[in-house]
Amino acid sequence: MLRAVGAGSLEELVHVPDAVAVRAPISVPPALAESQLLDRMTALAGRNSAQEYTSFLGAGAYRHYVPPVIAALSMRGEFLTSYTPYQAEVSQGYLQAIYEWQTYVALLTGLDVANASVYDGATALAEGAIMAVNATGRRKMLVSRAVHPNYRAVLQTYADGMELRIDELAYSSDGRTDFSGLAEAVGGKGYAAVVVQSPNFFGTIDPLPRDLAATLRASGTLLISVTAEALALAALATPASWGADIAVGEGQSFGVAVAYGGPHVGFIATTNEHLRRIPGRLVGKTLDKEGRDAYVLTLQAREQHIRREKATSNICTNQAHCALTATIYLAALGRTGLNACASLNLRRAHELVKRVGALQGFERRFGAHFFNEVVVRVPGRAADVLTYLEGCKILGGVDLGRWYPELRDCVLMAATELTTQAQIARLVAALSEFTTRPGARVAVRD
Amino acid sequence: MPSGTEREPIPLIFETGQDGRANRYFEDGPEIAELLPRKLVRDELPLPDNSELDVVRHFTRLSQRTFGIDSAFYPLGSCTMKYNPRVNEAAAALPPLRDLHPFAPDALSQGALAIMWELERALSSLFGMAAFSLNPAAGAHAELAALLISKAYFAARGESARNAVIVPDTAHGTNPASAAMVGYKVISLKSDARGRVDPIVLREAVGANTAVCMMTNPNTLGLFEDHIAEIARVVHDAGGLMYYDGANANALMGNARPGDMGFDLMHLNLHKTFSIPHGGGGAGAGPLGVAAHLVDFLPTPVVTASGGSGNGWRASDDEVFRLEFERPLSIGPMRSFWSNFAHVVRALTYVYANGLEGLSRVSQLAVLNANYVRAGLRDVLDIPYDEPCRHEFVASAQTLKRETGVRALDLAKALLDRGYHAPTIYFPLLVPECLMVEPTETESKETLDGFIEALKEIVATAQANPAAILSAPRLTPVGRLDEARAARQPDLRWRPPEPPSGSAPSWSRLI
Repeated sequence: MLRAVGAGSLEELVHVPDAVAVRAPISVPPALAESQLLDRMTALAGRNSAQEYTSFLGAGAYRHYVPPVIAALSMRGEFLTSYTPYQAEVSQGYLQAIYEWQTYVALLTGLDVANASVYDGATALAEGAIMAVNATGRRKMLVSRAVHPNYRAVLQTYADGMELRIDELAYSSDGRTDFSGLAEAVGGKGYAAVVVQSPNFFGTIDPLPRDLAATLRASGTLLISVTAEALALAALATPASWGADIAVGEGQSFGVAVAYGGPHVGFIATTNEHLRRIPGRLVGKTLDKEGRDAYVLTLQAREQHIRREKATSNICTNQAHCALTATIYLAALGRTGLNACASLNLRRAHELVKRVGALQGFERRFGAHFFNEVVVRVPGRAADVLTYLEGCKILGGVDLGRWYPELRDCVLMAATELTTQAQIARLVAALSEFTTRPGARVAVRD
Repeated sequence: MPSGTEREPIPLIFETGQDGRANRYFEDGPEIAELLPRKLVRDELPLPDNSELDVVRHFTRLSQRTFGIDSAFYPLGSCTMKYNPRVNEAAAALPPLRDLHPFAPDALSQGALAIMWELERALSSLFGMAAFSLNPAAGAHAELAALLISKAYFAARGESARNAVIVPDTAHGTNPASAAMVGYKVISLKSDARGRVDPIVLREAVGANTAVCMMTNPNTLGLFEDHIAEIARVVHDAGGLMYYDGANANALMGNARPGDMGFDLMHLNLHKTFSIPHGGGGAGAGPLGVAAHLVDFLPTPVVTASGGSGNGWRASDDEVFRLEFERPLSIGPMRSFWSNFAHVVRALTYVYANGLEGLSRVSQLAVLNANYVRAGLRDVLDIPYDEPCRHEFVASAQTLKRETGVRALDLAKALLDRGYHAPTIYFPLLVPECLMVEPTETESKETLDGFIEALKEIVATAQANPAAILSAPRLTPVGRLDEARAARQPDLRWRPPEPPSGSAPSWSRLI
């Protein structure tokens, strides 16, 4: 082959001018035979110990039951090793699966259309905000403080670059967004959108009150809904029903591994009115030249490879395989399975809060209705309680003081269909030990 | 490869569901309305119930109508469709990694943090950068992060007036799109007759407003930008930063380093160079590398190590890792959680499988294969820049089109009928009727010979009987698509049929 290409050596083919030759020795791991590879990776994985703990962690990433059939199908080589379906004639299968995903997202959110996916929940929010800015020509966003703090931080990163202003709506004493000043705030017609999450970061069901949807519309302000726990969409009134123009969120709960935070799958749905502002890939149904039903990437004039600097977004690679996984999950569970799963999540979270709330010194921090997560006020600092629980091999939840200084005594706890009575009993026993341990009163007085 | 005989449409999953076909994955729960007030609960959940067997058959059939690398040769230029080793999947599926929660305490996540740290160190050394962030989710996402870094960097230096990004006309569309997202003005640079950036032309484009020059090297014509040292000097002299678009990093891994070429920022596409499956369009991963003067601006969090006796790439057993969020100069986080971690695992597995020698050899063989196909097609198609290429090259059907009316698009469709995926077509924009071919290192000589022969036969057929090529593809599940109709009358989702007598379909009834 070297002769065919007229080269003397492999090195000659990759030669670069001396001025830019490799300047320092390169240090990467030495090669391992495949028979040793998994030993090395298993040894590294073995330095994790979280897998030995009972977990009540949620906060935007949820442990759910994933039927084995999901991976058996999603990991089929044709799906796994294909790329963006530019050649539609040999990609009809994947294109149809994405069309089905778009349909599932539209049906779950109640909106007209959805895209083929974006990176994750936080970037979905950022892209949704860009849609709202482009739709309204306004450069301010009004965001509930009960939106996931990580999502708000990412929105801020994007906003810094785009020179957008982010204002905040406070949360009220029952754990819902305080909408009392909303009408006045949007009355000045300066906001592109109001951003509300439901269930919000505290687990509280927090839709925009219905009378305010008309207020937003009258002021030309869009409503962006955020969903970090997609399973809730199967149970709760749809974002469209409470007025969302753009529904964004995270689909990890639909069969995608938690995997230390990624890859997960962001979704964006909207009304027909804003269809052409949606970022990224869209699959449409059309006909082939013989009149057969067929699927194809469409409305590409929005996209970076056609429009370059005038595109609606720079997104190219998305999260197609995670969206496929979610589609298979939704197909396997169906209405009945999703309904059962959602109701078990509700029940387990209610059991959790009932048992924990019955302990001396522990109580629900917020009174409003919740889905599968709840904020528990603990005696003393949340960090101390969580450290104590770690000693009992329990990950008790997330310390809200990390983002909300006023909630330093609060833990966000999640329960899913995988949370058992026995796990809740262990948590309750450990919390009860915490309050009666030697020196406990000192900690409480802090 | 989809069978040519199977051309019946596959019903949508929404059209096949029936009541009573639900799978029993969960015990019975209470009615949702028993736990929540009615007004908070949705009225209906209009999703079908399908038996697991029907779901298996549905998605198996869909997979059979999907072309992957596993199906056959997939020479999609600039996408690096190399074999995806399955050992990577086994590593990513290890339960302590797959099931690790992002909010698990650092002390209980040392393995995951060690994996992230080792990959960062290996990439930094391999590409000559001071540090990498694994935060961005894809190449375009890393471009955006890099431009945010440039904004923060210039703001910190009191040079916020810098508002222009220079991109060659061979650049990927993501480059100008990313620049526009942060409000930068885009200056497009015309390539010279050799398909490269001319430092003299560049010198006229740079100035006091230059923020960043974004380059792909080798560029999308598969040509090494041999003036790169001077280009970097011109941009740096003007006070700008150099950004390396790593889409084509498979051409130089272990053999040359963007850091040594003068680049200040760069991204990699782990789903290209590091053998991670493309998954039908994602997920990818876009690690972002920076030179020393930009490390403080990287997205949060970053993985830090302390107390260890290790050096270089290896995480020693006594090293303690943590996620650091408090970084005052950081642009902030780019995504919900820390990285596309499962891809980090796959990429590190690939690094371990190859070592430095193997990774260097990967690039050498990728370049050899591209040149072999180029040499084989020299008498078949126009090769506008006919000189030794790197990992990919661009051919053109301009002469063929003039002589026969057969275009690049038609060649692409004819290849589908012959069991090959098409190359990238009509990109880069400056070559008319172009086909951008990237064979990758994982293909055998026999496969490359088969592809060359197929294109020879297609071109010969086109010259004898153009209609035979213009009507391709004929053996695929569907023929050419009416794309204008798709855009004019967007049909982006299935809708439930209108109930005939005002009654909802049984499976969409109230919960």
